Amino acid sequence: MTPLMNVLQELSGLFFDDGWLATAILGVVLLAATVAALAPGLPLAAGGVLLFGCLGALFRNVVATARR
Amino acid sequence: MIAWTTAAPAVSAAFLGSLVEAVEALTIVLAVATVRGWRPAGLGALAGLGSLALIVLALGPLLGRVPLHVLQLVIGVLLLLFGMRWLRKAILRAGGLIPLHDEAFAFEAETAELHDQARRQVARLAWLAGLASFKAVLLEGLEVVFIVIAVGAGRGLLVPASLGALAACALVTAAAFAARRPLARVPENTLKFAVGVMLSAFGTFWTGEGLGVPWPGEDLAIIGFAALFLVVALAAVALVRRPAAEALP
Repeated sequence: MTPLMNVLQELSGLFFDDGWLATAILGVVLLAATVAALAPGLPLAAGGVLLFGCLGALFRNVVATARR
Repeated sequence: MIAWTTAAPAVSAAFLGSLVEAVEALTIVLAVATVRGWRPAGLGALAGLGSLALIVLALGPLLGRVPLHVLQLVIGVLLLLFGMRWLRKAILRAGGLIPLHDEAFAFEAETAELHDQARRQVARLAWLAGLASFKAVLLEGLEVVFIVIAVGAGRGLLVPASLGALAACALVTAAAFAARRPLARVPENTLKFAVGVMLSAFGTFWTGEGLGVPWPGEDLAIIGFAALFLVVALAAVALVRRPAAEALP
C-alpha cells in the first residue's frame, strides 16, 4: 500500500470506524430530514428523531458489540 | 461580543480533543527521536505542521463561501460520525471490552518498529523515521483542525476554538519536553469519553440547525444534549462492563 493510500484510509477511518454505527447515524439523519420535509409545521419532531435516534443507535451498537 | 455560554463548550471541546490528539502525535515523535535522534523527528514533525498550515490556508477561505445551513448540516453529520465513534470506543474501553489506549505501549511499539526497520534498511531509516513523525503530526493534526472547524465554524467561534486547541498542543509539548518521555499518565479514555460526549452533542445540534430545527434554548440546548449523551453512555458502560474493567474516574 502506498503512503498516500495509507493516509487516505486512516482519514476515512476517522469517520467510518464501525460500519454499523456509521450506517445507523446516516439513517437517523436521513429519517430526520424526511420528517422535517414532510412535517414542516412540526420542526421539533425532526429534532426528536435526530436526538433520540442517535442516542438509541449508540446504545444499541455498544450492547450489540458487547454480545458479540 | 461572544457569549460565554456559546464559547465555553466550543473552547473546552477544542482544548480537550486537541489534548488527546497532541499526546498521540507526540508519542510517535518522541519514539522517532529516541531511535533516530531529534533531526528526523523534528523535520518530520515540522513538515507535518507545514502541510497542515497549507491545508488550513487553502481550505479555510472556502468555509465563508458555503451557505450556513449547508455548512451546519455537513459539519453536523461529520461531527456525529466522528464524535459518536470516539464515544463508542471510550464506552467499550471503559467497559473493558477493548483494551485502553496505552501511550507507553504505543511508544514501545513504534520504537520496536523503527529498530526493526534499522536492521533491515539502515540507509533509508532516517527517511522512514521522518515519515513516521510526519504522518503522526499530519493525521492527528487533521483531527485537531477538524474539531476546531466543527465546533467553531457554525457560530463564528473559530478563533476561540483555535486558541483552545493551540493551548492544548502547547501544554502537551511543554510537558513532554520537560518529562522527555510519553505522557502515559494522561487519563486518555476519560478525555475521549468527555470529548466524544461533547462532539456528539455539537453534531446533533448542528445537524438539527442545518435541517431547520428550532432547538429550545438555542445554544444552551448543546449542554442538555451533552447531559443526555453522558447519561446514555454511562448507562451503556454499566450494562456492558466486564469485571476487570477500569472504573471511569
